[in-house]
Amino acid sequence: MTHPIPPGARDILPEEMRELRALQRKLADVFERYGYGEVATPTVEYDEVLSLGDLRGAPVAHRFFDESGELVALRADMTVPIARLVADRYGDQEPPFRLFYNARAFRAVRPQRGQAREFFQAGIELVGVPGPDGTAEVVEVLASALDAAGLGRAVIGMGHAALYRDLLREVGVSDDAAARVLDRLAAHDLVGLEEEVNGLGLGEGERRMLTTVPSLRGGPEVLERARELGEPVQRATERLGATYEAVTRRGVADRVQIDLGLLRDLGYYTGTIVEVYDPALGHILGGGGRYDELMGRFGRPLPAVGFALYLERLHIAQAEEERLAREGEAP
Amino acid sequence: MAARAGGALPRGPLRLALPRGALFSEALDVLDRIGIDTTELRGDSRSLVFEAGDLVIVTMRPSDVPTYVEAGAADLGITGKDVLIEQSDRVVYELLDLRFGSCRMVVAGRAGDDRALAEARRLGAVRVATKYPRIATRHFEETGRSAEVIEVKGSVELAPLAGLADVIVDLVDTGRTLRENGLEVLEEITQCTARLIANRVSHKLRAEDIDPLVERLREATR
Repeated sequence: MTHPIPPGARDILPEEMRELRALQRKLADVFERYGYGEVATPTVEYDEVLSLGDLRGAPVAHRFFDESGELVALRADMTVPIARLVADRYGDQEPPFRLFYNARAFRAVRPQRGQAREFFQAGIELVGVPGPDGTAEVVEVLASALDAAGLGRAVIGMGHAALYRDLLREVGVSDDAAARVLDRLAAHDLVGLEEEVNGLGLGEGERRMLTTVPSLRGGPEVLERARELGEPVQRATERLGATYEAVTRRGVADRVQIDLGLLRDLGYYTGTIVEVYDPALGHILGGGGRYDELMGRFGRPLPAVGFALYLERLHIAQAEEERLAREGEAP
Repeated sequence: MAARAGGALPRGPLRLALPRGALFSEALDVLDRIGIDTTELRGDSRSLVFEAGDLVIVTMRPSDVPTYVEAGAADLGITGKDVLIEQSDRVVYELLDLRFGSCRMVVAGRAGDDRALAEARRLGAVRVATKYPRIATRHFEETGRSAEVIEVKGSVELAPLAGLADVIVDLVDTGRTLRENGLEVLEEITQCTARLIANRVSHKLRAEDIDPLVERLREATR
């Protein structure tokens, strides 16, 4: 007889746990080298407090009542608990704050999709340093973390959460219509996006601009090509360009792919956003970005930026890269 | 230095998932038009994996295409919009409307029996048989009617004839199957055509290979 565990949950046995711990230590070493200190927050928090993150943020999936009848929840990521921690514990201290975590988070799963209900995240939060400098620091730490994990081929996709929204506003699209176009972009539906844009009654130049930008991704030449599309795109990509320059000064631009079509599904991002890809895995390894408005919801308005890596996916990609290297397939 | 991310990108052929079934031969025609030799795929081989031009082609059921593409087991895939709407929670890029395989997603019931929906309204819930439970559920929700959605795997047309359901939600091409079974279209939900989809990571890391292919396909299906 066996005893079931919930779908998406799993046991970790010693061999894997040893490797996961080794990976966590490598990442922790990198984070500490850059001056980040490790924090832990409660696994269970008040639902009301976690909800300050954003209704569109990483959705909390597990809620229950504690012994006093209070509604409590399991965190869906570490960014929201750390925003609370910084606001409450460091209320009387001067920023910046550099914090990292190796922790588990909890999300809802759909059946038979291989999704994890409970998973390890490793990441950092830099609170109190605005972009582009703060963002560039975090991208450098991320690049070092990927190197430490043995993922020399991993790429950091970098975009801007407000870029496409700004662009729609620049060409005078109404908020309602813009919401429909953004909805298609968020769903990665470029066909639907083109249909929506075609229905806006714009001139050919603007129509082309709006349908071209979401597919622009690559090296610094992408910013050049974007600028050629006209002034609205120039203005919408200014801040991303400044961040890319700051990243270049830190010597990690070669790890970065500029992606003008990038949108992340967490609602609290306000500025530059990043995603991590490795050719050995079909899923993203992690992501992050600027969330300059989240801290304000906890009463301590400070600019902030961070990233989280999915440890188990990092581990799978690491194993795959090692296998490819052994077989001499990796370039 | 800029070569590091670029130089380290995966090489080798792109993997394209093709749907066996109604869209298969038209998908092959489109590939022919952009100069990819599909002779081997047109034979009666039982193989599932083929090398064709600079692509590796893997063949499967249409509804499996998003599964393979989302997981990165294929970089690209061709499947119907009906499959993509039904599996809208799958995270894949939808890159191109290939404009073939045009079909309508409809609500259909017994011909001349326009009471089916009205009757159901009186009774409280329409009984709907379908292979597309999510599309059916959403359609009846959005039109303010409660529906009892019954998922079936085989010939949906049987359901209203045998009394399993009041109506069906299904994909209709010429409508011949409906007519031959004494059914007719009551409502149209949406139009569906074949779409090119891409894995999220492949779309980023293999942009230099994927974008030109998309452009060739766009030209060939214009």
